[in-house]
Amino acid sequence: MINRRSTLKSMVLGAVSVFAMTAAGMLSAQAQNKELKIGFVGVTSGPAAAWGTSNVRSMQTRAAWINETGGVKIGDATYNVNIVTFDDQKDPKRAIAGMEKMAQEGIHYVVGPNVDDGAAAVRPVAEANGIIYFPYAFPKALYQKPASNAVLGMIANYQSGPAIYKYLKENKGVKTIAFVAANESDPLSQRDGGVEAAKALGLEVVAQNDTYQNDTRDFTPVLTPIVALKPDLLVLSGVAPANAPLLIRAARELGFEGLISTETAQDAKVLEEGAGEYANGFISVGGASTPEIASDAMKEFVARYTKMFGEYNDESNTKVYALEYILETLKANPAAINDVAEFKKTMDTFSAPNPYLKGDAKLSYVGTTSFGQKRQLAVPMVVNEYKDGAFQTLFVGTVD
Amino acid sequence: MEQVIANGFYLGAQYALIALGLTLIFALMNVLNFAHGQMYVLGGFITYTVYGQLGLPFVVALLASGLTLAIIGALMEKFLFRTVIRRSLREESTMLLAAATAFFLDAIILLLFGEKQRGVPKIVKGVFNEGGIILPYDRLVVGALALIFIAAFVLYMQYSRVGRAMRALAQDRVAAQLMGVKVDRYSMIGFAMGAMLAGIVGGLLVTITGVNSGIGGPISIKAFLMVMIGGAGVVGGAIAGGFILGMMESVGLTVLREYGDVTYLVIFAALMVFLSIRPNGLMGKPWG
Repeated sequence: MINRRSTLKSMVLGAVSVFAMTAAGMLSAQAQNKELKIGFVGVTSGPAAAWGTSNVRSMQTRAAWINETGGVKIGDATYNVNIVTFDDQKDPKRAIAGMEKMAQEGIHYVVGPNVDDGAAAVRPVAEANGIIYFPYAFPKALYQKPASNAVLGMIANYQSGPAIYKYLKENKGVKTIAFVAANESDPLSQRDGGVEAAKALGLEVVAQNDTYQNDTRDFTPVLTPIVALKPDLLVLSGVAPANAPLLIRAARELGFEGLISTETAQDAKVLEEGAGEYANGFISVGGASTPEIASDAMKEFVARYTKMFGEYNDESNTKVYALEYILETLKANPAAINDVAEFKKTMDTFSAPNPYLKGDAKLSYVGTTSFGQKRQLAVPMVVNEYKDGAFQTLFVGTVD
Repeated sequence: MEQVIANGFYLGAQYALIALGLTLIFALMNVLNFAHGQMYVLGGFITYTVYGQLGLPFVVALLASGLTLAIIGALMEKFLFRTVIRRSLREESTMLLAAATAFFLDAIILLLFGEKQRGVPKIVKGVFNEGGIILPYDRLVVGALALIFIAAFVLYMQYSRVGRAMRALAQDRVAAQLMGVKVDRYSMIGFAMGAMLAGIVGGLLVTITGVNSGIGGPISIKAFLMVMIGGAGVVGGAIAGGFILGMMESVGLTVLREYGDVTYLVIFAALMVFLSIRPNGLMGKPWG
């Protein structure tokens, strides 16, 4: 006899069965996927943790997104992406250990390291073990022949610096410029590159030797003599996100009225909390998340990152690209999955749509002008201006 | 030059307050607390959360920082350092424990508060700008508070019953015990006070310098530097060390700026020479 109770029971059982079969199907589909390991060697602890953390979290967010939507199809196989991470603590010795770990795990594609000395240190390990790596470090020797396994993951300061100074010279009347940098290899080399670019543009460099310890907490003594020189533009060369708001605040409190800029990526929330309205007008390099240029995919990436880690980091705008490039290049040439020579061949002709930018922007490898070979990701050179808690796009440039 | 001297005094007041807690713990227990900087960072993050995120008054946040760190300090003394001091035959064991605590706190802080630099709204707005001296009012307030805390601490140690007991412990632990001072109790209070000072100064300075999870180590190193200049375990020495370091930093960064970042090179070289002449620092021995 069919009554209401038994009908309901049958419906519930039916629904549960359908759900179970669907879930089992999805699980088995995921289980059938192969695993593609992509490495990360970078700094995720200590004072520079923000650089590497935003880097690895970008990769983890994108990997989770890909895996959730069925994996990535490369050739005839579908893969789930597994990000293997190693914290090098900004120590070149540990960076080498990290790259060796990647080699032991059979990984051929590694994102990082985040700083110059780490990127230089891992080169022999990467070249000996057939690893292509994507540093966020600027020394040209890493990308020029005979080196061939490193691919610069972002815009270098010697590419963005001249563009920023030229823009400010032409649009804001900048004539004098002062540099201040942390006493570490990356900021110092960025400062030297900046000084050279400024002089080439005919700007008067009024200060270039002022440096500070990276763990400085109060920058008033550092900036007091520079502010007295009243430069039109103060460049915070290679400034760490933790130090940028403190430097800006100290300069403004000392009465500095000129422009302040850097060639590194920054986070709007950090600037807002640390410098408040003093940060208005601060110019830095960004990626793709400003409303003017972000695509729907970029907006979804930001939303997924925020959901996964509780808070977005604007530095990830520049770090969203490396994993995308690796996967798209492998899709273009599946033979490269275990053969970096194939990957290098593909780099010369590779082109794919850039999912993170509005319009018909392309992913491709560049760097011919700077390095004599295509060893740089073509990420957009987005120059941002901070205003009341958010970045606004000042201008967008490209490198070739 | 007026600005340079003002910067030096302000930095000195900050530094002295940072060094006080470290020297107190060293004086009482002969423990080099490598986790002092991490305690400072934790204090900063508590103030950030209470004042910056929850919007409660700054004083409440400062109290929360001090109280939380005092409890953490007391627990660390009771369950970690006391046990190790009692059981270990080697003094280095406490140093290893302190270093391990520092790494542990670093990891916990990173997990709880993330990798970003954090800051809070200014407690006082505006800038003092007279006679060639520029000092934001919030720095003046924090500097004054630092001086008040230092004075209160010195008076407490000098005239209170607890302070006298702790000074007795610092002078001669065995003699103090024989005279009826409860060593365990006052060691715990001392450790808690040292941690509380770290928490309070972290809370105070988050309004000026912000805080991030990676600065604990460098803060500890600077605090050790001040304590070595002044004389380990001497309150007056820590204060003097703080002001000397602040002034050297301020003057060095102005006078030596054309030569790059040589200020700390000069400071470290001077410290080496100084310690070879006065290995116990300026004041050289515990409270008399």
